[in-house]
Amino acid sequence: MSSLFRSEEMCLVQLFFQTESAHNCISELGHLGLVQFKDLNPGVAAFQRRFVKEVKKCEEMERILRYLEKEMVKSNIVIAATKEKEMVPCARDVLELESTFEKLEQELREINRNHAALRQNLIELMDIDSLLRMTEDFFEEAESLLTYSEPPSEDSVSMTVSSHITSRRNSNSSTSGALHLSFIAGVIKQERFPAFEKVLWRLFHGNFVLRHTEMQATEELQAVRGAVKKDVFIIFVQGDHVREKIRKVCEGFRASLYSCPKTLYERKQMSNSVMTQMEDLRMILRRTEEYRAGVLTRAAEHVQEWGSKVKKMKAIYYTLNLCNIDITQKLIVAEIWCPVSDLTLVQSALIKGSEQSGSSVTPVLNRIQTQQTPPTFNRTNTFTEGFQAIIDAYGVGTYLEINPAPYTIVTFPFLFAVMFGDCGHGLVMTLFAVWVISQAESLRKWKNELTDVVIGGRYIILLMGMFSIYTGLIYNDCFSKSFNIFGSSWCVRPMFHAHGPWQNETLHEYHHLQLNPFVPGVYSGDPYVFGIDPVWNIASNKLSFLNSFKMKMSVILGVSHMLFGVALSLVNFVHFRKFQDIFLQFVPQLIFMLSLFGYLIFLILYKWCITLRSETAPSILLLFINMMLFDYQSEHVLLYRGQKGVQIFLVLTAVLMVPVLLLVKPFLIYRTRMKTRHQVFRNNLNDQHGTDTRSSYSQHQKDEMVSMGDIFVYQAIHTIEFCLGCISNTTSYLRLWALSLAHAELSEVLWRMVLQVGLKISSGMGSLMLVVLFAAFAVLTVTVLLIMEGLSAFLHALRLHWVEFQNKFYEGSGYKFTPLSFDSLLKTQQ
Amino acid sequence: MASLLFCGPKLAACGLVLSIWGVIMLAMLGIFFTTHSAVLIEDVPFTEEDFKGEALQNIYKLYNQVGYNCFIAAVLYVGIGFLSFCQVRLNKRKEYLVH
Repeated sequence: MSSLFRSEEMCLVQLFFQTESAHNCISELGHLGLVQFKDLNPGVAAFQRRFVKEVKKCEEMERILRYLEKEMVKSNIVIAATKEKEMVPCARDVLELESTFEKLEQELREINRNHAALRQNLIELMDIDSLLRMTEDFFEEAESLLTYSEPPSEDSVSMTVSSHITSRRNSNSSTSGALHLSFIAGVIKQERFPAFEKVLWRLFHGNFVLRHTEMQATEELQAVRGAVKKDVFIIFVQGDHVREKIRKVCEGFRASLYSCPKTLYERKQMSNSVMTQMEDLRMILRRTEEYRAGVLTRAAEHVQEWGSKVKKMKAIYYTLNLCNIDITQKLIVAEIWCPVSDLTLVQSALIKGSEQSGSSVTPVLNRIQTQQTPPTFNRTNTFTEGFQAIIDAYGVGTYLEINPAPYTIVTFPFLFAVMFGDCGHGLVMTLFAVWVISQAESLRKWKNELTDVVIGGRYIILLMGMFSIYTGLIYNDCFSKSFNIFGSSWCVRPMFHAHGPWQNETLHEYHHLQLNPFVPGVYSGDPYVFGIDPVWNIASNKLSFLNSFKMKMSVILGVSHMLFGVALSLVNFVHFRKFQDIFLQFVPQLIFMLSLFGYLIFLILYKWCITLRSETAPSILLLFINMMLFDYQSEHVLLYRGQKGVQIFLVLTAVLMVPVLLLVKPFLIYRTRMKTRHQVFRNNLNDQHGTDTRSSYSQHQKDEMVSMGDIFVYQAIHTIEFCLGCISNTTSYLRLWALSLAHAELSEVLWRMVLQVGLKISSGMGSLMLVVLFAAFAVLTVTVLLIMEGLSAFLHALRLHWVEFQNKFYEGSGYKFTPLSFDSLLKTQQ
Repeated sequence: MASLLFCGPKLAACGLVLSIWGVIMLAMLGIFFTTHSAVLIEDVPFTEEDFKGEALQNIYKLYNQVGYNCFIAAVLYVGIGFLSFCQVRLNKRKEYLVH
């Protein structure tokens, strides 16, 4: 019977199936998602397993798929999503898929290579083009220098040669007559230009003319080459071997040099040819891009289908690696853990798988008995999944241990709500949770870690919000204001003259006045119908009343929660048939807790029920302390007659339980061990068959692996942990009070400092200010009160469950059932 | 028409949610103020002067004033909500056009 109460009963099953039907059978089991394969070759290293080549092939295919997807994303091609369940391909189809993938990859890489080469060509042509255009001006200038030997005019071209150098050269030119100037033209990165100029300067001592301009960055240039700035330069020099040197310098600075024709006519021709070449290249580039887009689009239709196929195949090969293949190579043996109630499902899946593969032999299921601990499997649905996850986060339950999840569904949101307690905030939280639940599928696509956490816990948040509305109504707190639905039980008018002591003048004299409940009419005698009376919201001693109330409530809730935990340990003992432990552990623990902390609860409830004058009422804390210290002086006020006797009896009972917890169980174990040892000795003396008794004796010695000292120490630790833990855990539950106080105060501060400022403006501007201040109030409420306080209360409620509640009964030393399931595989890797 | 869009999809959605909350909460606050609820006494801007003479009617008048302020703010939030809703629709339309 599957329920959340306890983890499922599991069985170990041996499967035998034929090698041909292996793929289909395992894929059927994977779709079912109910079996966990055990590793039958634990000593074998990963690269020694039988199907390691196939796994590597699958990984290679995954790599190709990833590369394809990246390329598609780069070119903004939409990947179509497939929804149907694909059939897992058998070994033949694997080869076909593999060849398809390899071909695709080759094609794509070639296209990319060609594209890059073409682009490089285009860049060069563009450089030549701008070079030709810019150097027109330089050539004109150079010719004018040759013929007129006057200093060049300052124009948009930047002067890099200082004027006295020009004059020197001019003097040179005037003395030697007609000069033959050769030139070198090229393109260099702008940032390298100053260094380039300096080196040239040092080498040639100014025997050259260098002109440079920044290349105009057209849009096309920027798109093709990026935002790198380049300069066009041209160097005019004398002599040829100087040219060689300059060429070497240019190579060192990685400037690209281009040959430039000397005459204007040739330059124009070259410019035209460059233009036509660029046009051609542009067209080729466009065609390449279109072709690439076509290839990718065709592949995009199948890429997701391929991806899931490859993942499933990899999972199947991985599973096959875990199985045993027998000598005849025809039979595969696998061992699986499977829930007992699902055996028929597994069998039908296997039959379906073997029918699909066309084999004649149906697989055989053989259930075997085993001493190994099975994995823990809790069957959950979408609602209980979240709660089971927060239990498993602390520790997966031991096999067949009682599962705290069904109680956590109620107690966790309730303890959260006790700390959160505001119906306005609870309403906002509930509405948010409803929205997340309705949009869960589309929100999952965001693939953000934070949103995944929120989506996983959407039902938890919904319950937390609903419980918060309830506790908010009990605390009578809605954005720090109270509702007066049923009419307050307190009335101020009877305090005035005729009934009470006040006059009109009293109001002017005193700032604070106290309502006296003993004046008839002030307190109606019946408490407020549901929750805290709304009069406390405007009372100035609100906190002293609420603190006392909340602290006592926290202690009551805490002790009840812990008693419930102790009671659950009884259920565990009954199930595992440890009846001895019931009397040696459960009963003393229960008595200890009830006699001390149960009595504390009784005192609280009793004091609430009787009528006392507040000036003379005894403090419960002091009563409790005096009870433990046996301090009964006559001036101390007691709550009821006979209290002294009752308290002495309870404390003595509790103290008596401690040695029971500490000593009895180890002593009993010691006695049974002694008895068996005597038994074995006697058998040894009587019998003449030496081998049998020696083996049985060594067996007993093996059972006694844990020494007596260890047992005593373990029991002592357990006793101290429980007894001292009772006190510290009870105090720990006071955080329920602390956090609810913090929340209420924060909420009130937010109202008073933000919204009230807008409400108190009585002029016409009040509404505008109110609009602005309300927006601030809403944002601060959501960030500080909902998110921050919500996370804080969530964490503390979780801690109370994990530590204070679960250490009374939960062992949590199991391992989780991880079935082979294609659904979860595809979901996690998407 | 494109220049009418001045905020992104997330800001518009936040604005819409804030406006809905503002309308509901401010309207309810307005109702509670105009019915002179005693719990809200701290939020009413009274001074010492108001307690001389017709004290009760003075306080009630102040209550009504604050209540009307709340109603006007709620109406302003209706306007802001309508604006945000238009922005949300324009953003959705822009998303469809690009694809």
